[in-house]
Amino acid sequence: MKSALLVAVMALVTALLRFLPFLLFRKKVPSPILYLGRVLPPSILGMLVIYCLRDVSLLSFPFGLPELIASASTVLLQLLRRNTLLSILFGTLLYMVLTQFVF
Amino acid sequence: MNRQLLRSAFRTSLPVLAGYLFLGIGFGILLRSAGYGALWAFSMSVLMYAGAMQYVGVSLLSGGASLLTAALTTLTVNARHLFYGISMLSVYRDSGVLKPYLAFSLTDETYSLLCDGHAPPGVDPDLYRFLVSLFDHLYWILGCVSGNILGSLLPFSTSGIEFSMTALFLTSFTEQWLSSTDRLPALVGLLVTLLCLLLFGSSHFLIPSMLLITLILMLLRRREGRS
Repeated sequence: MKSALLVAVMALVTALLRFLPFLLFRKKVPSPILYLGRVLPPSILGMLVIYCLRDVSLLSFPFGLPELIASASTVLLQLLRRNTLLSILFGTLLYMVLTQFVF
Repeated sequence: MNRQLLRSAFRTSLPVLAGYLFLGIGFGILLRSAGYGALWAFSMSVLMYAGAMQYVGVSLLSGGASLLTAALTTLTVNARHLFYGISMLSVYRDSGVLKPYLAFSLTDETYSLLCDGHAPPGVDPDLYRFLVSLFDHLYWILGCVSGNILGSLLPFSTSGIEFSMTALFLTSFTEQWLSSTDRLPALVGLLVTLLCLLLFGSSHFLIPSMLLITLILMLLRRREGRS
């Protein structure tokens, strides 16, 4: 029951965020909003990267090495090939191998 | 609804097909390992339809988060959708009855397919965008549900599959980095969040990060305006 409520809340807030612009700005978009629309996406992505790595411990074994190696490989592959799917697939498999068999 | 319309919408949606299946399967497996079955995977993929937030949602569900935490976290993680909507206002202006679904289904990936506002010649542009959005949604549902069902049958351990979310954000971040001339917003996002993580700890840093990032970006704008 609690879980169903949690899903409902997450679904409602998500839908609200998606509908709001179409309800609020029927004619003209204020310039601070346009500015935020341009600069927020890269900031939020940076935030989400840190969010994913929030529980990595640098002080105890394996010192965040699997995350570091897999992240660096993902970014490097993306820089070289610009193929998002390939980078995600490779990075994830590498991380699975590192955490299951190496560290 | 004719064949040419269906074909062009399907062709446009193809780049998302593989990505959604893979990420959806990853989510389905993760959800299963948290103890939630196929009906949950189906409901979440239909009703939420938000990749990153569904991954985050698994940890909220299994951690027994409060409703307020769930609402605020969703607000933070999905706030970027406000800005997708804003930039699609003019494209979707005359879409009539299709508009609610077009707005609802505007995910990162669908946005990236449709944001240029182009539609192939000779087809109804709104119906075309509706179909692209609908195809993407179906791929996502298929991925989430099949991952949830098949995840337990796989002959190897899926531990570590959660890194697919990290990898998704890393590649999107890298793409933003490569395609923009102004790298400051990306750096602000990384550094402010890191600072907040150190200050507030790993369970309470998301909201302060979001507020501080917005504040700093607004201050940077005033500086931009003055020079």
